[in-house]
Amino acid sequence: MAELTQAQKDLLETIAGLTCMPGGAFNIRANGGLAERQVTEHINITSKEDKPGIDIHIAPETKGETCYIPVVMDESGMTDIVYNDFFIGEGADVTIVAGCGIHNCGGEDSQHDGIHRFFVGKGAHVKYVENHYGSGDGLGKRILNPVTEVYQDEDSSVEMEMVQIKGVDSTIRTTKSELAKGAKLVVRERLMTHGEQHAESIYLTELNGDGSSADVVSRSVARDNSYQKYTSRIVGKAECSGHTECDAILMDNARVLAVPELDAACLDAQLVHEAAIGKIAGDQLIKLMTLGLTPEEAEEQIINGFLA
Amino acid sequence: MLELKNIVFDVTEEDGSVKRIIDGVSLRLDENKFYVVTGPNGGGKSTLARIIMGIEKPTSGQILLDGVDITDKSITERAKMGISFALQQPVRFKGIKVHDLINIASGKDLGTVEACEYLSAVGLCARDYIDREVNASLSGGELKRIEIATVLARGTKLSVFDEPEAGIDLWSFQNLIHIFETMREEIKGTILIISHQERILNIADEIIMIADGKITKTGKKEDMMIDIIGASLEGGICSRMNIPEGGRN
Repeated sequence: MAELTQAQKDLLETIAGLTCMPGGAFNIRANGGLAERQVTEHINITSKEDKPGIDIHIAPETKGETCYIPVVMDESGMTDIVYNDFFIGEGADVTIVAGCGIHNCGGEDSQHDGIHRFFVGKGAHVKYVENHYGSGDGLGKRILNPVTEVYQDEDSSVEMEMVQIKGVDSTIRTTKSELAKGAKLVVRERLMTHGEQHAESIYLTELNGDGSSADVVSRSVARDNSYQKYTSRIVGKAECSGHTECDAILMDNARVLAVPELDAACLDAQLVHEAAIGKIAGDQLIKLMTLGLTPEEAEEQIINGFLA
Repeated sequence: MLELKNIVFDVTEEDGSVKRIIDGVSLRLDENKFYVVTGPNGGGKSTLARIIMGIEKPTSGQILLDGVDITDKSITERAKMGISFALQQPVRFKGIKVHDLINIASGKDLGTVEACEYLSAVGLCARDYIDREVNASLSGGELKRIEIATVLARGTKLSVFDEPEAGIDLWSFQNLIHIFETMREEIKGTILIISHQERILNIADEIIMIADGKITKTGKKEDMMIDIIGASLEGGICSRMNIPEGGRN
């Protein structure tokens, strides 16, 4: 990785678990430009000609491959907008590891907005992992505003793991999904905010086909003076089932707003929402202290488990 | 090994009046003995157990563990000095697995086989449980047994169980009794159980009767039956103790 700086390598390891170039398809974007790319027989990656970004074509029936598309930035004062489109062929079963890491030691804000669109073919299965992370001790903010659109064809399934644990000062994450007959969506968001951070998650899910289902769950911890807003709207337009849940641990002077919305537009739509916000239960701390942990260790154990 | 000296515990009611929950309890527990604290509901049994663990601070009095004054020690310090506690209402944790809890309890990173031994000891099919989260998917009986497994994994010189039979089904209760019978046989350290259950009273070396915040009597079960039945008539524990007329031996 000669062309990547040490800070960029560290970010890559944190957001995508990469310590060297992976074996399969990948596209690494660093400071707004292409750093490295590799394609495979089944996964082709091409640069867009009209705007920054890439098209990722995954051939039908591609099985078991992982495609990495991480973005790293370590220049202060940079704003990077990228448009990535994923075309997942029928019957494919793949994992896509995305994510963005920003290291900002400077005084100016650094921002990355990834606009992702997924076109998931019939019967295909996609596991999508997105990890957001910020580091650096500069006064400039680290800002991420990803937009993800998912269009699921019949009987496809998408699992999304959205993680932001540390260092992102401001984020508005918007995820829109449209599901056809028999399609299934599972979203697991894990979020921790601290300091003066602001994080907003917006999930808009439309269940358009009979037998479609969505399970959108967020677990978050808000510390210090941070603010989180979680909006999850599920629209049921067919015989479908939808569930959304926001489970947040509140600490210090943080604030969490949960806005679950259910819109049943069909008699046979079954939609459920749950939201629970509160501080760590006193009896949880007591139990772990009776096992020999200090109050601080107990708190850490509870948070780590909650966000694991 | 544990000594309570004139423990008093008061709470202030909403109207500002002071209610005495524990009224001058003095008690001495010896090493490697099995004690059961019983008595009517609201008599102060659970409060006393929580005072021993440090969850509640006594208004006055002194607690000594092996001669060391632990009255002002925190829960964590007492845990590290060798006191374990099984809560009456076990706690659920989203995301923490049974294996994690047993690791924390034992203070070691146990392998699956070793961790499973503690679950097997409380009658749980270990492989089905070890990787499960300690969350709402577990029944009250399962949680109770995991709670006891964490105390076993700690293996401390004093283990306190606050109403281990509360909130569990009959099938789990039969297993629970078996667990305590086994502990009684393989006793290592001192065990103090808050209980109304006759079958647990049966295996005690000594029964401590608490009513109205005071110890009313201590002794062997056979010497205590009249007091136990009397207390049960007052406090309504008769049905739970399932004691026929004239007692049972």
